[in-house]
Amino acid sequence: MATRTNPQTNTNQSLWEQLTSAMSRGITPYILLTAYAIVVPFLAITNLMADARPSLYGDILFVAMLGTFLLLHKAPVTKTYSYVVAGILLCVVLPYFGTFNQLYMDVMIQIGMFCVLTLGLNVVVGFAGLLDLGYIAFYAVGAYLWAIFSTNQAANILPAMAASFPLGPEWFIIFLPLALVIGAIFGVLLGLPVLRLRGDYLAIVTLGFGEVIRVLMTNLDRPINISNGAQGIKDIGQPPLFMNPLFSAVGFDFNRAQISQLHFYVMVLAVLAIMLLVVNRLNNSRIGRAWTAIREDETAAIAMGVPLVQMKLLAFVTGASFAGVMGMIFAAKLTFINPPTFDLIRSINILAMVILGGMGSIPGALLGATLVTLLNLQLLPRITAELEARVEGLPAALDPAQYQRMIFGLLLVLMTIFRPQGLLPEERRSGELHSDNAPILTQEGPEPVATADKPTTEDSDSTVKQAGG
Amino acid sequence: MTAQGEAVSGSLGTRRSITTILGQIFGPLLQIFYFVIGSAVILGAIVIILALLLRGTRDDIDLLQGTLIILPQVIVDSLVRGFLYAMIALGYTMVYGVLEFINFAHGEIFMVGAFVSAGFGLVLANSGALETFNPFAFVVIAVLLGAAVSGTLAVSIERVAYRPMRNSPRLVLLISTIGMSLLLQDLVRIIATMTPLGFNARVQTPNLGSALTLAQIPLGERTINVIIDSRSLIFILASIVMLIFLNYLVNVTRMGKAIRAVAQDMPTASLMGINVNNIIALTFLIGGALGGAAGVLFGIRVQAINPYVGFLPGVKAFTAAVLGGIGNITGAMVGGIVLGFLEAFVASYLSLFTAGQFAGANYADIAAFSILIIILIFKPEGLLGEATTQKV
Repeated sequence: MATRTNPQTNTNQSLWEQLTSAMSRGITPYILLTAYAIVVPFLAITNLMADARPSLYGDILFVAMLGTFLLLHKAPVTKTYSYVVAGILLCVVLPYFGTFNQLYMDVMIQIGMFCVLTLGLNVVVGFAGLLDLGYIAFYAVGAYLWAIFSTNQAANILPAMAASFPLGPEWFIIFLPLALVIGAIFGVLLGLPVLRLRGDYLAIVTLGFGEVIRVLMTNLDRPINISNGAQGIKDIGQPPLFMNPLFSAVGFDFNRAQISQLHFYVMVLAVLAIMLLVVNRLNNSRIGRAWTAIREDETAAIAMGVPLVQMKLLAFVTGASFAGVMGMIFAAKLTFINPPTFDLIRSINILAMVILGGMGSIPGALLGATLVTLLNLQLLPRITAELEARVEGLPAALDPAQYQRMIFGLLLVLMTIFRPQGLLPEERRSGELHSDNAPILTQEGPEPVATADKPTTEDSDSTVKQAGG
Repeated sequence: MTAQGEAVSGSLGTRRSITTILGQIFGPLLQIFYFVIGSAVILGAIVIILALLLRGTRDDIDLLQGTLIILPQVIVDSLVRGFLYAMIALGYTMVYGVLEFINFAHGEIFMVGAFVSAGFGLVLANSGALETFNPFAFVVIAVLLGAAVSGTLAVSIERVAYRPMRNSPRLVLLISTIGMSLLLQDLVRIIATMTPLGFNARVQTPNLGSALTLAQIPLGERTINVIIDSRSLIFILASIVMLIFLNYLVNVTRMGKAIRAVAQDMPTASLMGINVNNIIALTFLIGGALGGAAGVLFGIRVQAINPYVGFLPGVKAFTAAVLGGIGNITGAMVGGIVLGFLEAFVASYLSLFTAGQFAGANYADIAAFSILIIILIFKPEGLLGEATTQKV
């Protein structure tokens, strides 16, 4: 094309820029993207048809297939086109691909679940600027709700109705909105007392709340056995397999595991779609702007008439309710939960996803959730497998699959130092005049706000007074 | 006028009398002492009254007798917990005083100190010198070593991870400290599992002496033994020594005055010729060293540690700092003591009073977090803090 001419005419452009500008003209991106979206899944599916075992090549194709969504987001194509391609991929290609290999299907379901959780936490942390370190508690509440009522556990709480427990699969659909409501109620319960606190206090109180829920679940096997204590609850009920008639009508012959996975896939996808719709609408509304105002400057937001507590509570409740629903799906999928499933590292896991993608950015949250989940479920086990094949007698401590804490830790520290706006920054943030990477403070110019709202100077005061008296 | 001028200049620290200095060093300790006595008396009275009220509910044992018999042990336990939280809380409160953020990695600094004690014991054991080592020298060297390692670590973390972000929003800084905390946990885990220490490291010590029986009070046909085991005694005494040293450092020396000045008003302090960056590094050094020393003492007392032991004491010590009024050094010590007492009493008496229906040890954590939430809602300025309003 015309732009691929001699580099002398536009010396200020790198080769990469020339290439991308060539690819983003006119109809070219559509052709390239369509080709990509056809070739990669085709290769991936044929690869699995030939050999269903996971391999390095298969992993690369799988990641390349997920990468289509990022390309669709970044490429200069119309929204309609992106939505159509993404829709076909999500509703037809990916589930079909997943039926060949349970592992990939499981990864996709987990990515979907973490996308919902990340979006939820993104509302709290990214939109409203409230650091919630106990987010997993709401997830736990949803998970335990279904776990208790779909097993005999509920008979201990409601002995009068013991005969009706465990509840059948058809109740799952009724419990989904219930989990939403219960999650929201717990959000209000925690939110009302603590939302008047400033940012860092809020972080530690939510952390405490998360721990309290976990400790309660570990210990509530006495005096009434509610949570079955540290042993956890097993044989949690499955959701109804409502799509079976559809499959047999179309003529697919899946085994039980495939059908179960497909149902979870569809459910997670549906919840994710609703979540995306809700979050997107909220973000571009009056409420979303109020959240941004609170995040940027609480005092100024109050002065502008933003109802602080309601808005913060709304952010909390939005995040909590969806976490409740996801927790319920999670419990049904795993069929076994115990308290350590919901420890602090899970909350930080989700936080790392939000930070990686970019606080306040919806595409960023999706990207962060996908990348971290892939890292956890694909990259680390893959590295471990490759290392074990090559290195004899690898010490168990160096098993890369155990590096989770370090990786999340590094991710958080490096992202906050070098790219605090995340991989896909929020649009509103990119419109700001100041840069997040402000030059390193020499020393004499600390933020005026940081020193002005100092709550406790009485220590120095009192000691000076002591010296004076 | 001249007399007044002299008095003022004298009070500013150029010519302070020895009594003023002693008052500045021991005043806060006296306050701690009052709180220890107060907490012990109030909580002791509460459990005795509860025992009297609930006396009829248990057939198997006499509740009042049971309460009284374990009371001295509970108080010793309270003191150990209290001083543990106090020492860790100082690190939080000092950093908060100057920089106004919660250093989540502080619990891990404490954990590193505990691992230093384990490593020191292991090295001595391998060289065969452990059994013959002087116990007093062992404790002193281990504490100094732990304080040095943890202090250096805290300063390096500040330099690498926090200083580049001092101007960014507080949320970002907070997230960086969380990341640092995870990173340290895993680094220590890798180092520990690669060395003979192992994931569950054992802290080997020379024979530290047997338990000390302070008193034997007859109660009916049984006696109440007031016993303090040597490791708890070491913990309490060493903590007191270090708190005295800290009070000297902060209240008497020129360096301490600079720290207080920076905490009060950073720009003005820098205008007065104080090197703010150095002072901030210094607060991290002191806080880290205290945390590390607490870690060493903790390791010596519990004798078995793992890389995740720092998290819960860290969070609770933060609770203690908030309880006492965050940013206030005396407050952190007092808050630690009060929290330690509350927690130890809940841990010991909850299962006794509820006939084992609620395992007290597990609900102690819940008690600590509930205290945090209640304090933050009703008295966010803490026990010794003063009410402030948020300004723009």
